[in-house]
Amino acid sequence: MNSDCIVIEGSNMAECHPVAFQWVTEAKARGAKVVHVDPRFTRTSAIADLHVPLRAGSDIVFLGALVNHVLSNDLFFRDYVVAYTNASSIIREEFQDAEDLDGLFSGWDPDSKQYDQASWQYEVEDTPGGGVAEDDPAGAAEQERLSQHESVKDSDQAHASGSGGPPLHGRAKRDETLQHPRCVFQVLKRHFARYTPEMVAEVCGVEPEAFLKVAEWITANSGRERTTAFVYSVGWTQHTVGAQYIRTASILQALLGNMGRPGGGILALRGHASIQGSTDIPTLYNLLPGYLPMPHAVQHQSLDDYTADAAGTGGFWGNKRAYAVSLLKAWWGDAATPENDFCFDYVPKITGDHSSYRTVADMIEGKVAGYFLAGENPTVGHANGRMQRFGLANLEWLVVRDLQMIESASFWQTAPEIETGELVTDQIATEVFFMPAASHVEKDGTFTQTQRMLQWRFKAIEPPGDCRSDLWFYFHLGRILRERLKDSTDPRDRPLLDLTWDYPLHGETQDPSADAVLREINGVGPDGRALSGYLDLKDDGSTTSGCWIYSGVYADEVNQAARKRPGREQGQVASEWGWSWPYNRRVLYNRASADPDGKPWSERKKYVWWDAEAGRWASTGDAVDFEATKPPDYVPPPGAKAQAALSGRDPFVMQSDGKAWLFAPKGVVDGPLPTHYEPAESPVGNALYAVQANPTTEHIQAPYNREAPSSGDVFPYSVTTYRLTEHHTAGAMSRTLPYLSELQPEFFVEVSPELAAERGLENGGWATVVSPRAAIEARVLVTERIRPLRTRGGKVVHQIGAPYHWGEVGISTGDSANDLLPVVMDPNTHIQESKASTVDIRPGRRPRGPELTELLEEYRSRAGIASGRMPVGGRVAVEGT
Amino acid sequence: MTTVSSASPAFTGKDPQNRLFGPLPDVAAEAGYQEDHPARVGFFTDTSVCIGCKACEVACKEWNTLPMDDSYGTRDTLGLSGMSYDNTGQLGANTWRHVAFIEQVRTVDLPMPSVGPPPDAAASRRDGIVDAPDEAEPGDSVVTAQTSVLNAEALSEYDPQTSQSGDREIRWLMASDVCKHCTHAGCLDVCPTGALFRTEFGTVVVQGDICNGCGYCVPSCPYGVINQRKDDGRVFKCTMCYDRLTDGLQPACATACPTQSIQFGNLDELQARADARLETLKRQGVETARLYGRDEDDGVGGNGAFFLLLDEPEVYGLPPDPIVTTRDLPAMWRSAAAAAAMMVGVALSAVLGSRRR
Amino acid sequence: MKTWLDAWPVFRQLTGPDPLGRGRAARSKDTESVVARTATADRVVQSVCPYCSVGCAQRVYVKDERVVQIEGDPDSPVNRGRLCPKGSASKSLVTSPTRVTKVRYRRPYGTEWEDLDLDTAMEMIADRVLDARRRYWQDECDGKRVNRTMGIASLGGAALDNEENYLMKKLYSAMGAIQIENQARI
Repeated sequence: MNSDCIVIEGSNMAECHPVAFQWVTEAKARGAKVVHVDPRFTRTSAIADLHVPLRAGSDIVFLGALVNHVLSNDLFFRDYVVAYTNASSIIREEFQDAEDLDGLFSGWDPDSKQYDQASWQYEVEDTPGGGVAEDDPAGAAEQERLSQHESVKDSDQAHASGSGGPPLHGRAKRDETLQHPRCVFQVLKRHFARYTPEMVAEVCGVEPEAFLKVAEWITANSGRERTTAFVYSVGWTQHTVGAQYIRTASILQALLGNMGRPGGGILALRGHASIQGSTDIPTLYNLLPGYLPMPHAVQHQSLDDYTADAAGTGGFWGNKRAYAVSLLKAWWGDAATPENDFCFDYVPKITGDHSSYRTVADMIEGKVAGYFLAGENPTVGHANGRMQRFGLANLEWLVVRDLQMIESASFWQTAPEIETGELVTDQIATEVFFMPAASHVEKDGTFTQTQRMLQWRFKAIEPPGDCRSDLWFYFHLGRILRERLKDSTDPRDRPLLDLTWDYPLHGETQDPSADAVLREINGVGPDGRALSGYLDLKDDGSTTSGCWIYSGVYADEVNQAARKRPGREQGQVASEWGWSWPYNRRVLYNRASADPDGKPWSERKKYVWWDAEAGRWASTGDAVDFEATKPPDYVPPPGAKAQAALSGRDPFVMQSDGKAWLFAPKGVVDGPLPTHYEPAESPVGNALYAVQANPTTEHIQAPYNREAPSSGDVFPYSVTTYRLTEHHTAGAMSRTLPYLSELQPEFFVEVSPELAAERGLENGGWATVVSPRAAIEARVLVTERIRPLRTRGGKVVHQIGAPYHWGEVGISTGDSANDLLPVVMDPNTHIQESKASTVDIRPGRRPRGPELTELLEEYRSRAGIASGRMPVGGRVAVEGT
Repeated sequence: MTTVSSASPAFTGKDPQNRLFGPLPDVAAEAGYQEDHPARVGFFTDTSVCIGCKACEVACKEWNTLPMDDSYGTRDTLGLSGMSYDNTGQLGANTWRHVAFIEQVRTVDLPMPSVGPPPDAAASRRDGIVDAPDEAEPGDSVVTAQTSVLNAEALSEYDPQTSQSGDREIRWLMASDVCKHCTHAGCLDVCPTGALFRTEFGTVVVQGDICNGCGYCVPSCPYGVINQRKDDGRVFKCTMCYDRLTDGLQPACATACPTQSIQFGNLDELQARADARLETLKRQGVETARLYGRDEDDGVGGNGAFFLLLDEPEVYGLPPDPIVTTRDLPAMWRSAAAAAAMMVGVALSAVLGSRRR
Repeated sequence: MKTWLDAWPVFRQLTGPDPLGRGRAARSKDTESVVARTATADRVVQSVCPYCSVGCAQRVYVKDERVVQIEGDPDSPVNRGRLCPKGSASKSLVTSPTRVTKVRYRRPYGTEWEDLDLDTAMEMIADRVLDARRRYWQDECDGKRVNRTMGIASLGGAALDNEENYLMKKLYSAMGAIQIENQARI
């Protein structure tokens, strides 16, 4: 609402987050410019000042050209950039850019298809102790070496480095004039030099005029007096270069000085009530709570191994050991002692990529016995629904917890593969338990919303029948397991038996107390009292905390997330409604809203400032994201550690050098700078480099996951999937409800009038959409809101829009758009490319039964793709990655 | 058949005896409520900030526990309409809020990439004529062309629901329609059972315990709002959440609306707000903006629920010049009375005449 | 006698200030006793919308241990009482007649769902967890200690509470299961 310009790209905010969009409309009413960059003209575009239709999968060119525009026209916020970013840091001489190597960076290993990141590093000051102390230089060096191990990089390194990026050792050489040819600023300038408005026209299909208008608006609305915000969602993440999309925006926003300031920033709009919470307290394979990495067998055989990388690093990650020990104490209590490494050995170790799609491929090979689905419907909601169903059909047992009967639970009856004969109900061995779940009003607990705020929900009523909360389910499952094992002498069972698993139980159903669990997450000190925040955590075992970044949510023995002081009684920050991590801070890195001397950049954008008289930081209402009494002129003494190693002018307190990274010397496996690669399946060739697609893309080669060659004429059209306002994800919470079903009653695809004419499609009629994975049928909506785009050489690219909510069960049913998609993944995040792949479209309904399989085979053979025929039952091996 | 002169007082609304037409300062007092009755309330639906989310439709159905839309049997109960994102079609007995979606397009000149139509076609589009996409197959009622005629001349870059999109200007109008709660409500005037009544808030409500399903009100609504349910034939429409008003709450739709496109309040305050909003938009150059149902001198004496539109009412499916169907009732009654008197006279003379015999 | 007459609309119409019978005189018995179900609720409970991640606050009205209405909480600085169509459908979500409220069980190679007692189901699941955990256990992988089982995977958490995610991760880690994922990966 404080923004002067809002660029929504990779997000359809008005449709997917309508209530949050009220703040955009308010900013607009006060004069802010609103830009929507999206392949489709949506309900967001309708309200925006400008809609920029671009080809799905070309955002790095668009954003990179904005970076180039800012750099070559000297429009960056110089004072901010010099002080708060790594623009002046100098990169090693060995570094070679993608511009030099036609799409590859130095360090490429074609055999492993991975980079050795050594040449991407800063050139380091020769004098040791230039600020950051190395407690254990040898240990850190060893960790450094192991971090380049193939299976470590496979296991999602960026995430494993925590929320603050990976550790760096030694102090970088800097040139604050930004003139050194190898300083980040100059490297950046060269890297993006070919990303011009003309290139945007050729690759994205965007008119230079529209591009320049966006460039003009964002630069005019950035600087001391004004701020621009970017808003994205899965339109950026669901690409094989998804992480780099966000990196490009970060670079742009850092150059414009829009980070850590009111009305600035990059907002990720997430799609589920507590998807932020489930990342903070991760039900994710590569993380422990608070973005601590899951220990890797190659790197982390002991607690010392695990924390060696942080021991000497600057920033708050320097206290990693305190966070880790407090977590181990929260889980294993008295059993965790300094002598036994605080039970570090109890934590299972990862050895590579164990992410969801990889696990499903393992299921298809019969390598996984049991599967729990808790509020997720992957046969509809995940890419390549067929692959998901073959996975489920090859389990021994499946436990589904949901409110409604979902496709993933009834697949043995309702899967489309039953009709084609690829699955046969009475030959599927999977035993299925459907365990009905409690709804959000039938349990206490917190959701963490998209801006990191925890909000407590009070239980309104008891759940009906056998419905139970997941807290109930997992607590009692754990209780039963522990009872079964109580006489065991097997050391493998110690982690379960030593687990702290004692929560107050309430009511007839013996529901555990969510309040007690939240208090455990917060952590307690040696006196048994709730801690007030993570600065209280110790590495000697005297404190506990189930998730260090959440420490403070139960400060003063009060459930801070349950605070509900009405917004109208508070200032704009409204810091007494709910609680945000860390330390109730609403704007992260807000030290950057003041200049290096601690004065606000401008009166208009005043947020945080140094109050010299009081000797502490002050703010307009938010908690200051900086040590309260560290003055702007603080210079770290030699040998300083963790946050003490950052100066009073280093606002990015989670980074090891306190700076915003324009260039990522470490931690991003597909390159230190964002580079345009085409989607794995693309209708066009890469106009910028010889390398067509992200060279580090993860593939799963198997009959159920065939990929189409790029620029082919069998699958000539680009398809992008998305949500509608009227439905929710895989549909269990919307297609089952009459009032929502009637608003969008049928699966449809959106096509332009030009494509409709080219393929003979009729508005309201049927079409069949075919990919190398599946053929599905949909109603057709012919609309001018979808626009064919002219790209390089005059080639016209047609895009098809396909909302993905539908499946076989519920009031409103239909084929599932996600069945079309390939599983090809961003190597940083293992997130699939849902937003751009290729298909064919033809009028009429799809064939039924075995004819459908034949149609697909015919298409594949015509496109020169290997057979995708599956044996009955779907048990096949992965052929390659 | 009797004709009524257009000069008759009934047309000007100045006839103090005609309570069925013209401005009416206090509709509730007119309906017999004491002087201390609450102020007249209403909806101001500002379509220029509508994002078409349909929260109003759902919030209304949740509160009023309405059945699913049956679309009057014109298409499958759950079928895609093919009319942009509108799948509930129109207001009816089961849909008391309805969001219309209208897509409009014209091309503009921009350098480089464009896959627009050839220049001739572009010119014709600028003239406001857009070819509809492929024509429907005969007999397929589902198929409806989506593009509509655009008021191209008046369109401005400030138009809140217009966005430049590459070489085109696309306007996606979204508007939430509702019962107008007319100052002179035809439905209310013709209801023979007293099922329809005016509340102390000045709104018009159907009483389900009285309605006998005669359906007289259905053709009497100039907007085609009120309608019968198929089961027992009783009529239903928006009550402006009469029950919620008695608890000091706002109607469900206005409570939910994320962008305050639907505003609820005292009618005079809403009118002032709407006038100010219109002025702002006009000042910004949105020439096509206009208020609909705001004018007390219109054919229904002004609406309790009125709108800010960005195009002609017809574009949204609203009648351009609605007139309460009972406007001529007094004159008709006068004529009828005269006719009746004459008939009585004839009858009497016949009787008397026969007596003479 | 007066009351009886008052109940007769025509009497009210002829004697009161509403001679045309279009307002006060036409009020029916139901209209006179109209009351909003928000007013008669036993309690109002503060909650948060379960759909997207904006975190709109909700008020849940409960009468006789049933949810009778859910709407936006005007106190919230996030949504100021407003909700989208999905949030507005929350009452339908929690009161949906198609919600599954009994455990359903499909035996291997089965063709129909069967009934199963909740406690029995929990015991059966525990049996299978212990069995899979043991059969797929790895002490080491490529010579490195891993202490894990590869037989149990899990998906979900983004729709659940923090406290639930916490117990899931804690329990899975203690049982040695690592293939734990949720929608954030997607």
